[in-house]
Amino acid sequence: MYQYDQYDQQLLDERVAQFRNQMRRHLAGELSDDEFRPLRLQNGLYIQRHAPMYRISVPYGLLSSRQLRKLAHLARTYDRGYAHFTTRTNVQFNWPKLEDVPDMLAELASVQMHSNQTSGNDIRNITADPFAGVAADEIVDPRPWTEILRQWSTYNPEFAYLPRKFKIAVNGALEDRVVLRVYDIGLDFGRDAAGNIGFRVLVGGGLGRTPILGEEIAEFVPWQHLVTYCEAILRVYNRHGRRDNIWKARIKILVKALGVAEFRRQVEAEWAHAKDGPDTLTEDEVARVAAHFVDPDYATLAGDDLGYRHELAGNKAFAAWAKRNVRAHKVPGYASVTLSLKKTGTPPGDITAEQMDLVADWADRYSFGEARMTHEQNVVLADVRQSDLHALWQLARAAGLATPNIGLLTDIICCPGGDFCSLANAKSIPIAQAVQARFDDLDYLHDIGEIDINISGCMNACGHHHVGNIGILGVDKNGEEWYQVTIGGQQGNATALGKVIGPSFARADMADVVEKLINTYIEHRHADERFVDTVRRIGIEPFKQRVYGSEHPAAQRKVANA
Amino acid sequence: MPKLIKNGRVVSDDRTLLTLAEGETPAEVAVPAGPVLVPLPVWLARREELAARAAAGELGVWLDAGEDPAALAGDLAQLAVIAVNFPKFTDGRGYSSATLLRTRLGYTGELRAIGVVLRDQFNYLTRCGFDALQPPADRYSDAELEAAVASIHDFSEPYQGAVTPGQPLFRRARRAA
Ligand code: SF4
Repeated sequence: MYQYDQYDQQLLDERVAQFRNQMRRHLAGELSDDEFRPLRLQNGLYIQRHAPMYRISVPYGLLSSRQLRKLAHLARTYDRGYAHFTTRTNVQFNWPKLEDVPDMLAELASVQMHSNQTSGNDIRNITADPFAGVAADEIVDPRPWTEILRQWSTYNPEFAYLPRKFKIAVNGALEDRVVLRVYDIGLDFGRDAAGNIGFRVLVGGGLGRTPILGEEIAEFVPWQHLVTYCEAILRVYNRHGRRDNIWKARIKILVKALGVAEFRRQVEAEWAHAKDGPDTLTEDEVARVAAHFVDPDYATLAGDDLGYRHELAGNKAFAAWAKRNVRAHKVPGYASVTLSLKKTGTPPGDITAEQMDLVADWADRYSFGEARMTHEQNVVLADVRQSDLHALWQLARAAGLATPNIGLLTDIICCPGGDFCSLANAKSIPIAQAVQARFDDLDYLHDIGEIDINISGCMNACGHHHVGNIGILGVDKNGEEWYQVTIGGQQGNATALGKVIGPSFARADMADVVEKLINTYIEHRHADERFVDTVRRIGIEPFKQRVYGSEHPAAQRKVANA
Repeated sequence: MPKLIKNGRVVSDDRTLLTLAEGETPAEVAVPAGPVLVPLPVWLARREELAARAAAGELGVWLDAGEDPAALAGDLAQLAVIAVNFPKFTDGRGYSSATLLRTRLGYTGELRAIGVVLRDQFNYLTRCGFDALQPPADRYSDAELEAAVASIHDFSEPYQGAVTPGQPLFRRARRAA
């Protein structure tokens, strides 16, 4: 993974000094709340419901074992012994003290980590495929390009006070594993007919109050222009995005208002000036960065490991885990393992300090010292020998990290919601827990098959509920917590937004509602048909009927946030 | 006398800022004598009348956050001072205006940030080409303003090319692989 040189380290050390100074002036009363707010947000510090919340960046989800141990140390020293992994591969601490945050940042800087631009109206942490470098369907490794963009966006002087937050995701495989179309910019790397690397540009996607899927504005831009092209988009947005209404300030609204054709024209006109200018990437620079992402020292193995096959055949629990949590690897004899942070009874995405230390140990022992966070809020050990899988499974099981549910119903994507987040309309964690508790039969879970349930506590959509096969959104009705349900949303190459099935529900009903949706699916499904495909085929009507009864009130009542 | 930071030093400055009050029009508003910054619409309406004062360095033009710097494309050689207004310090349009004035339009005179200009933005402002930083008159004491100069240098070797430095780090330095 990328290792800092003196320049990276100096910049980060200067950031620590800058923020320490700002915090000191704030505490001394020289920097008002209003003046301090954007500064602390650009350093990931929120003022939350119970305490400040501190959001740490994990660029494109990559963590070394040393960094994991540092996070564990921070959780123990400054927080309550755990952390939360988010859908944007950030790590959140919910209980730090305001005045401790500069020290936490300094500790992070000692292991090449930070909280740069994890909030605020700036370019946020950039996400990439968690299986980069190991996926069989990869065309271009997204990591060097994402690192180049990380450097370009970090402390970028022109784009620190945008109309609104700005999120970029990068993919380079046949399968879209980052949900490109829900990003402000989605960059899809590939090769042209001659084999040259370049990228397709999708712009204007986003969830939130107005969910919109991004549209293509360039089919193939050669790699040299990665920075200048993004700069052109950002400049058009910075100058012309709306600043009068926070709900209309994202780039998606500008793209809609102008129309994609006009937006593209403006970007191209802007780009014409910057193209081939100083920010044009050089082969040397790309090679320098790419050298940090070469394959680790894989052993040459004959192929599938016989001991592993033997264990699979003889051990049902191990086989169930391997089926869901182990992925094929491009190198013979290796596999990628997903450790589940979705154990029933634990808030999705939460991980304790002890677990982080253990994952760090396993990363060292089994996976070249690296781990990866996924936007589904799990942790991947990408390079494990098949012959080690059984031992790793036993360790992970003892640590509560081997729930065999990746991609299944209980692998719920869920934001912190009303238990922690001051923006929430409703709690989200109890919904996840109620659903997990209802579906606690493993055989049944495997029978239901692949399904994504996504829960957000408000329309900021941190739980990406619009793209969940079942999406659950907390809404406020006269001060009470209600939940609106969508079905048919989808991530991946067929990314789609879900449709609202009708009026919202009370919290106590939610497990029933999900069960009815699942029962409807079970009754209607064809062999080997996933939930979302059944919804696609038969439409939402049968699901509505089942949930609301035959004369479903959805037709009569207007729904909050429909 | 009011103070501002010019090229990294605190200096006195008595340039008045002309704003249009309710009911005043660009064509008719009285332009004060002495060093002054006039709004873009006043300049556009009365270029010929004001040209001599601009050429003498006495009169400059200020752009509001949403105004297009390209409107001054033909006048840059005559203008010794251009200011860009920040109605709020969180309104980042002025960073792009400055960048365009310096890079695309080639403006080399004084480029002044006015409005809600605070020390915590000094580094980014100067990197986008502002060489004069004028915080609100009552925001900093003289001592605070002197101390604030240090913020210009918060980051010594930034990653990106901007106005200053113009080249990205990978072209300025030989970075170890
Ligand atoms: S979706 Fe809403 S409630 Fe959930 S974390 Fe985001 S802002 Fe908070």
